Amino acid sequence: MTRFLKKAWEWFDARTDASKVIGPIMRHPVPPRTGWMYVFGSATLFAFLIQVFTGIALATAYVSSAGQAYDSLKWISDRAFLGHLLRGMHYFGASAMVLLVGIHMIRTFLTGSYKFPRELNWVVGVILLGLTILMGFTGQLLRWDQNGVWSTIVAAEQAGRVPIIGPWLARLLMGGQTVGGATLSRFFAYHVFFIPAMIFGMVALHLGLVLRHGISEKPRASHPVDPKTYRAWYEDMLHREGVPFWPDAAWRDVVFGVFVVACVVFLAWYIGPPQLTTPPDPTIIQAYPRPDWYLLWYFAVLAQLPHGSEDYVIVGAPALAGVCLLILPLVFNRGQRAPSRRPWAVASIVVIVTAVLVLWLQGVRAPWSPDFKNKPLPAEVVHAASAQIAEGARLFHTHGCEDCHSIAGYGGHRGPDLTTVADRMNDQQLTLRILNGAKNMPAFANSLQPSQLNSLVAFLRTRHMAGQTASASASGAP
Amino acid sequence: MSDALSPDRRKFLARVSIGLGCVGAALIGVPVAGFLLAPLFESVVRKWRSVGAVADFQKGQTVEVRFADASSVAWAGVTGRTGAWLRYDPDGRFTAFAINCTHLGCPVRWMAEAELFLCPCHGGVYYKDGTVAAGPPPRPLVQYPVRVRDGHVELLTSPTPIT
Repeated sequence: MTRFLKKAWEWFDARTDASKVIGPIMRHPVPPRTGWMYVFGSATLFAFLIQVFTGIALATAYVSSAGQAYDSLKWISDRAFLGHLLRGMHYFGASAMVLLVGIHMIRTFLTGSYKFPRELNWVVGVILLGLTILMGFTGQLLRWDQNGVWSTIVAAEQAGRVPIIGPWLARLLMGGQTVGGATLSRFFAYHVFFIPAMIFGMVALHLGLVLRHGISEKPRASHPVDPKTYRAWYEDMLHREGVPFWPDAAWRDVVFGVFVVACVVFLAWYIGPPQLTTPPDPTIIQAYPRPDWYLLWYFAVLAQLPHGSEDYVIVGAPALAGVCLLILPLVFNRGQRAPSRRPWAVASIVVIVTAVLVLWLQGVRAPWSPDFKNKPLPAEVVHAASAQIAEGARLFHTHGCEDCHSIAGYGGHRGPDLTTVADRMNDQQLTLRILNGAKNMPAFANSLQPSQLNSLVAFLRTRHMAGQTASASASGAP
Repeated sequence: MSDALSPDRRKFLARVSIGLGCVGAALIGVPVAGFLLAPLFESVVRKWRSVGAVADFQKGQTVEVRFADASSVAWAGVTGRTGAWLRYDPDGRFTAFAINCTHLGCPVRWMAEAELFLCPCHGGVYYKDGTVAAGPPPRPLVQYPVRVRDGHVELLTSPTPIT
């Protein structure tokens, strides 16, 4: 049997030259001592492979019809053998890919690996980052539950902000004038054909360029990049100190890559895929559209923009970020690579990562969203000393005050916390504020009866610092 | 390499091949691009849809109404439907608002007692007449044309408002 296999291989190899092609690639010399910092690119590729294989499997059962996708996905999640695990792997594989692409990019930036002669590697990498985000977004829509439908509409609205061609883009995204039968089929085609085809092409180019220019050596402050001499120096260095990629360097890629795969499978099994929300019926208005975690920080940006600047930021900010990333290696392609000698590079990463983290935490909390799930204030919080105060507390809930304002931890965070509002506003100020509203608060002059207004103010006037509530309640309201 | 062909001849053949290649690409590409861009050339289809008898609505109230899109296909399922907020004024007039917030299109909710529309995404607020009360929305809620015919309230279907 072994002899037969050996013969078969020799027959195959004689006709394809496989060993002559693959062998040198695997054993090509790479710089020594690159260490664990260089495993994130290959790990991203491992994550992408998870996506390819789980995606193909899911596509055998998913029905890309606007009317049936939801049911087919429910079937995959709840009934199909291993369907639950596979969906989970596809979700966490996507998460891993976004995370690893980010880490790989930060590493490449910090070690100055984008400098001569690897500028185009970086540019192709930036394109791959964009394609990865597009895959994440289109994939989220394919869940085609209520969140998917509304995310499509939000995306179309954002595309609509592009100057001049915006409305056309929006219509192309929806595949028509409304979200409907054509929308999902289009996103399905983008997600499984268009974008993956581009990713395959770009990954091939990315890897081809890595082979062409070699991976960057560990940065040293004593060796700034000079385009005139770098190539000859690099060749010489490989000749003197280079080690074969396989297995001297590749073993780390394999160890970390398999670790990533194991994490994805574990999370898919332990946590499972994101729950499907209600069916994709645009007339169910109890929707709460949110992007998946990796775009939550951008959701926070959109919520906190000064009104009026949105048209520029929604389209301009991603475009500007993309242009900056693309031209980075063309502007700074020489000089120091060592992070210790590039304080601005390190500082900018610290600033960007901190900003994204802070925005992300904000996005998770979403304090700008009204809290529709609030419950009437409990009696121990209200401490009603009179029927009027009890009525005021009831109105606080029914008239939507509690959607945006919290008292003693109950309610939304859109507006100021009113737990101790009586310490800072008197009757007249409260009355005027409720009647006229404020910059971010509607006026209630037309929706409150005078007696209701009095009850509401009476209730709010009992909101003092702890300990004073009882006496204030006893002293009564206007 | 044989010199059977003159340099000029080679240049000519190269140009013809490249030109023919472009023709071939266009023969495939134009129909494909046209098919993909078709939504841009479709004319806007609008139809009057009944959303209920006038008697079904109470004066002074705002309720959600549901209707089928104008250009829906058979496989659209529930996605071929649209909702709207219909207000019946005490003076007998009907006003229909798109449920899409003018900020980023999320579905606004009607808070009956507060008489406000609230958006769940970024906290946009509108008064009962659709004007902006607070938050990021740049303009009032979009309105659908509405009419009463044969005792039925009818809405004119419209494209999703891109604001």
